[in-house]
Amino acid sequence: MTQWTPICRADEIPELGARRISRERGLDVAVFRTGTGHIFALLDRCPHRGGPLSQGLVFGSSVACPLHNWTIQLTDGHATAPDEGCTPRFAVKVEGGIVYLSADELAHHATDLTRPSAGPCRVPIHA
Amino acid sequence: MRKPRLVMVGNGMAGVRTLEELLKIAPDLYDITVFGAEPHPNYNRILLSPVLAGEQTLEEIVLNDWAWYEQHNIKLHAGCKVNDVDRTRRVVRAANGVSVAYDRLILATGSNPFMLPIPGKDLEGVLAYRDIADTQAMINAAAKYTEAVVIGGGLLGLEAANGLMKRGMKVTVVHSGKWLMERQLDEVAGKLLQKSLAERGMQFLMSAQTQELLGESDDAKNDLGHGRVRAVKFMDGSEVPTQLVVMAVGIRPNTALAEKMRLHVNRGIVVNDTMQTTTDPRIYAVGECAAHRGIAYGLVAPLFEQGKVLANHLAEFGIASYQGSLTSTKLKVTGIDLFSAGNFQGGSDTEEIVLTDPFAGVYKKLVLKDDKLVGACLYGDTVDGGWYFKLLREGRTLSDIRDKLMFGESNIGDAGHQGHSQAAAMQDTDEVCGCNGVTKGAICKAIQEKGLFTLDEVRKHTKASASCGSCTGLVEQIIMFTAGGDFSAPPKTKPLCACTDHGHQAVRDAIAKHHLLTAEKVRHFLEWRTPDGCPTCRPALNYYLISTWPKEARDDPQNRLINERSHANIQKDGTYSVVPRMWGGETTAAELRRIADVVDKYKIPTVKVTGGQRIDLLGVKKEDLQAVWQDIGMPSGHAYAKALRTVKTCVGSEWCRMGTQDSTQLGKDLEHAFVGMHAPHKVKFAVSGCPRNCAESGIKDVGIIGVESGWEMHVAGNGGIKTEVAQFFVKLKTAEEVLEYTGAFMQLYRREGWYLERTVHYVNRVGLDYLKRRILDDAEGRKALWTQLQSALADEPDPWFEFDKAGVDQRQFVPITPQNVRDSDQDAAPLQTSQEA
Repeated sequence: MTQWTPICRADEIPELGARRISRERGLDVAVFRTGTGHIFALLDRCPHRGGPLSQGLVFGSSVACPLHNWTIQLTDGHATAPDEGCTPRFAVKVEGGIVYLSADELAHHATDLTRPSAGPCRVPIHA
Repeated sequence: MRKPRLVMVGNGMAGVRTLEELLKIAPDLYDITVFGAEPHPNYNRILLSPVLAGEQTLEEIVLNDWAWYEQHNIKLHAGCKVNDVDRTRRVVRAANGVSVAYDRLILATGSNPFMLPIPGKDLEGVLAYRDIADTQAMINAAAKYTEAVVIGGGLLGLEAANGLMKRGMKVTVVHSGKWLMERQLDEVAGKLLQKSLAERGMQFLMSAQTQELLGESDDAKNDLGHGRVRAVKFMDGSEVPTQLVVMAVGIRPNTALAEKMRLHVNRGIVVNDTMQTTTDPRIYAVGECAAHRGIAYGLVAPLFEQGKVLANHLAEFGIASYQGSLTSTKLKVTGIDLFSAGNFQGGSDTEEIVLTDPFAGVYKKLVLKDDKLVGACLYGDTVDGGWYFKLLREGRTLSDIRDKLMFGESNIGDAGHQGHSQAAAMQDTDEVCGCNGVTKGAICKAIQEKGLFTLDEVRKHTKASASCGSCTGLVEQIIMFTAGGDFSAPPKTKPLCACTDHGHQAVRDAIAKHHLLTAEKVRHFLEWRTPDGCPTCRPALNYYLISTWPKEARDDPQNRLINERSHANIQKDGTYSVVPRMWGGETTAAELRRIADVVDKYKIPTVKVTGGQRIDLLGVKKEDLQAVWQDIGMPSGHAYAKALRTVKTCVGSEWCRMGTQDSTQLGKDLEHAFVGMHAPHKVKFAVSGCPRNCAESGIKDVGIIGVESGWEMHVAGNGGIKTEVAQFFVKLKTAEEVLEYTGAFMQLYRREGWYLERTVHYVNRVGLDYLKRRILDDAEGRKALWTQLQSALADEPDPWFEFDKAGVDQRQFVPITPQNVRDSDQDAAPLQTSQEA
């Protein structure tokens, strides 16, 4: 029995675009809508250097990461060859125009992954 | 259902590459059988020379080992010649008695070395230089004998001679021409090459006509064709003793089987743009045996391009076509650098630029016709070969860079690879690509382990030269030494992206001519191969649409990359940076106070002064962006956009004791007049108040320099990857004139520039003379352009404040919180938790 959590209406996700879903623990989930109207969900984190895929450009059934233009397949989260890597995928259900994610996955799936940190260097070089 | 049967005759580089491409896109479509005449799996034939020279081993040059064929269920008959193909019954018959039926057949029979039809050519110790067996025979002979003659002073002959010499033989190269490699080099370079090879101990007989090869038993019976070769005899009666003769006078497409099959053969097996034979639609030819538009190619990159096209058709995609290639040459003799391309000989209607330094062993000749590069011949310093080849291919006008042309691209201000220009002299640990941190060793390793050949492949796998591209020449050199690849490329127009064959100009023209108003219509009209384009073409089409039809076409945020969609610059951790506009680089206490308050309120980690005289707030969360903009209350600085960024100014006559003009005021005026101006790429201006030029006007898209009597206007400078100094355009009297002339220049650039083409590249493409005609000579046209631009900018909204008008999708800023959805919409019928098995 999968417990499904309603997220939003499918048409609230821009066509060829994405929305991000925040969670209590773990990084956001990115929910994508393709030109053919299909909805996919991935962890909002590129396998390359952790870029937020929800901010990328959606084309075909792929998204191009906004940081270094890696192409990630929406269907399985894999990077397009020759790049190698995979981002966790989330189950999606669309029913009556509403997009649902699995409650269990929202709570527990891939909650250990983090984003790279940025900002001032904590250890001064000349220390 | 039985799979269709694909049979390939030939197991060489072009053929197997075709199969690799096919397996990539349609792995299970065919039942594949391959016949190869040599008893080896597919190997890199180009690297036979390094094997002969003892620099690599045979194992190292294998491209697809036996296991590869097994893994992909390919039945390989190696060491098995095909005698006959019955086209009516569609059966291939091989020498070992095997018959295989086909549905589709690929002929990849390569070429044969041409053997001079002279007496003695069948003697023992007379070899061609084509395959592993020839190479092995040469290696064996070098171990036993001391003297060798190589007939043919072309590319292949010299590589053979070099290899034999390295194995300790005394080698004489016999050449019928006046100088070496006369099809690739001019006389000067050919003689330089001969001199440097002679210094290494190679001997030469030039303009020599070989009459016959004498065998060991000739004296006794005066009967040719017995025993081992003992000497080469020339037309003038002289003889050179030898125990090994290598004939390297050329290759011919191997079309014997095709002719037997009654396929149309003319300098090769004649194929169309899909590599299909013109005689039989079930039969294709690829590689050196194929004649495409009258040319049989012998270099690896065009052959791989053919393979890709053929694979596309075998996979039944039916959308690729081969248009032919321009090629260039390099010699694989370690320590000798030469490069040639195009019409390097020149003629009565061409001009030549020549640089000779005999002491350093450098010779460069560039051949120009009608202000364009048509040929190049380089000896001793080839780092710019790739650049010249690019200029040659693109047919770019050269008047503006003619004085710098000879000194190469690397002399026009490269950065990022420690000033190296000779890949061979670099250590494995030296960094080649400064953008992506790729060392020479990493590139070599990837080339060897992944079997890479072309610049494109190396870029994809290693990212070397994939960002700013300034190390392209070095990467090409490394490919050359490591894989034996070569430069070659499809001719003329570069497609906008992989979705189409059309170039930028064709797309722009179609949008204008056919009044296309949406990206979908453009893709449909120009027969795009993909339904919604790709990250390369989508932003380009969006720009062309809104710049061509400003009031009609809609700016679609989904066609823009993230920075322009969110109106901020994304950072490595997914946060954003915010750069408010500071007109002419001036600010006030009130602005600074607001900025300081925002930094505290939103806990912004870094505040940095930019090179464009503004303040950058880094590390803003996306959900805070709108509030940050609101609280700062300053206009967008467009630091994220392909648009006017900043107008950098010096203090000028308001304060400076040297200042001649009020540069700050003009900078502010310019910035107010051009704010919100979208362009093919980012645009930067600068205004300096005197020729000391503290605002660095010399490296801006438009740089204004105040002098006592007015303003000098410089255009098309650039301070990025390549420092390009702006060119003097015109001297003006008043600030109003500066605005008008700048406006006209910008409007032309906006209308005619290609997407992501900076002004320097646009001006290089169309020529400064053209701009002078349109802007300086045509006063009415200039005023009209300026008026057009002003009207386009008149009601340009500020995207930080007028979200609706600027088409900003506000949904992007706040993430959806599932809990909230459920709470706030509790009564809305569809939004309920549902359960299913």
